[in-house]
Amino acid sequence: MFELRNVAIVGVGHSNFGNRFDVRIDELAWEAFSEALKDSNLTAKDMEFLVVGCAGGWSAESLPSVICSEYCGTLPKGSMRVEAACATSSAAVTTAYNFVASGYVDLAVALGVEKMFESPNPVQIELIGRAGNYFWEFENFGMTFPGYYALHATGYMWKYGLKEEDLAEIAVKNHYYATINPKAQFKKKIDVDTVMQSRYVAWPLKLFDCCPLTDGSAAIILASEDVAKKITDTPVWINGIGASTGTGNLSKRDMFMNLEYSGLESAVEAAKQAYKQAGIDYNNAAKYFDVACVHDCFTIAELMAYEDLGFCQRGEGLKLIREKQTYNGGLIPVNIDGGLKAKGHPIGATGSSMMYSLTKQLRQEYAKLAGEEAQATIRKGRALAHNIGGTGHYAYVTILSLEKPHR
Amino acid sequence: MSDLNEIAKKNIEEKGLPLIDEKKTNLPLYISLRELPLRFQFGTAKIQKFFEGLKEGKIYMTQCRKCGEKYFPPQADCPKCPESEMNWIPLKGEGKLLTCTMIIVKPSTFTHYDNYIVGIAEMEEGVRVLAWLRIDDPKKIKPKMKVRLTTVRRKPEGFITYEFVPCKQD
Repeated sequence: MFELRNVAIVGVGHSNFGNRFDVRIDELAWEAFSEALKDSNLTAKDMEFLVVGCAGGWSAESLPSVICSEYCGTLPKGSMRVEAACATSSAAVTTAYNFVASGYVDLAVALGVEKMFESPNPVQIELIGRAGNYFWEFENFGMTFPGYYALHATGYMWKYGLKEEDLAEIAVKNHYYATINPKAQFKKKIDVDTVMQSRYVAWPLKLFDCCPLTDGSAAIILASEDVAKKITDTPVWINGIGASTGTGNLSKRDMFMNLEYSGLESAVEAAKQAYKQAGIDYNNAAKYFDVACVHDCFTIAELMAYEDLGFCQRGEGLKLIREKQTYNGGLIPVNIDGGLKAKGHPIGATGSSMMYSLTKQLRQEYAKLAGEEAQATIRKGRALAHNIGGTGHYAYVTILSLEKPHR
Repeated sequence: MSDLNEIAKKNIEEKGLPLIDEKKTNLPLYISLRELPLRFQFGTAKIQKFFEGLKEGKIYMTQCRKCGEKYFPPQADCPKCPESEMNWIPLKGEGKLLTCTMIIVKPSTFTHYDNYIVGIAEMEEGVRVLAWLRIDDPKKIKPKMKVRLTTVRRKPEGFITYEFVPCKQD
């Protein structure tokens, strides 16, 4: 069989997240890209392929990969734009990974970038609401993105007795860690009352259960083993990538709809694929990782992720959050960079932003960025990124490791 | 959006450019003069029977003649077989509610409706349907409550669609 090569992250960069009216999309991409160049001591000319993750639709440029390639100085190297909704830049990393692993190139960059505020808020709500099966969910029934996840929240409440206050605890945690992440969108500590008193967006989800709309970029430079050794003493290896696709219609999700659980079947499938590659036991997954970033576009989504990833049994996600086991120092620190919920969720840059945080964590450089309080203790040398597109329409699980994969 | 247009026009007249100062950040923004209206049109030929059915008060699913797989939304092709021979079967209409939400912050093209409840119910036939649930008091919603799927003319536009209404509960 054709042998894949080992691939390592050798450089990472991240823009400030938020409302970035001060920059265009290419200028925003440059912020992350240039930081990744400095981080790796490489130049734009060293890049052999640029994979741009950009969901688009709300921003002016139709060909963001071209505009960003030119501005970042990677011309005339090949480029493309990939899309997997909110998992777009995990798909970009997967693509760049395969280019390097296959021997097509030695060095490639996955650059996630999203400029959501180029369109007014109502246009964005309209566009994101269409992220299902258009005619059967949107045209006549006007679903919204919070609405899709609210269906999961209601399902969870009916099955396991989830309370809105439980979900609020997740928002409180992620806002707390965002206050100490200098790149995060929200800088205000909140409490359970803040969440409970916020207005309903899609019952039972309230404004503070939801992530914000965000402009932002994050870049990940990937290299083959030989090249990586020349660039860095601390390569962070890609140790597994799982990818799965769920049904367009939420009504067709069998496990959820049969009330077997309220998770995402695609996330379970993606996790199992990635765990198999990295030799991880699904039923006891938390003990293999020092830190994780999971897709908390809504508070309920983080709770579902705990269970879909095998961090706990079905229905026990509640216990993890009630016992603060996903704070730094707990069983498994989750979203201690603020998560989508409070760091922000620039659709096409979210996956690469997760991998930026996790690379910094594994290199033990996160303390320098955000303070010791948010630096996980690195014992196992392994971290996990769980990035969902749509409502489980796409699922990507990526495992990063300080130890080189055994092939 | 239209007020942005107005401000942009005014600024062109006064200063020669559609530049504005953004309200919250005070940063300069160029307001594009090229508004893009998007209205999609998609083919219904292969599932035309579904739309004919709506006019007769029927809501059709499809079932593969070869493997028996049932489809709602109805589709003309069975990827499992793969064959394209389908039976069109009207749903009897009885179902149980599996989950629901009330949409309060609506898409811009839905703001003329009152807050609406969207539910998913499992029908007797085994397929599941997503639709609005019309109920006088949301507090009456119970897990797995019995609902009936029925065609309805949506106000104010008057087009035919389908919705759930509560059945008499046991």
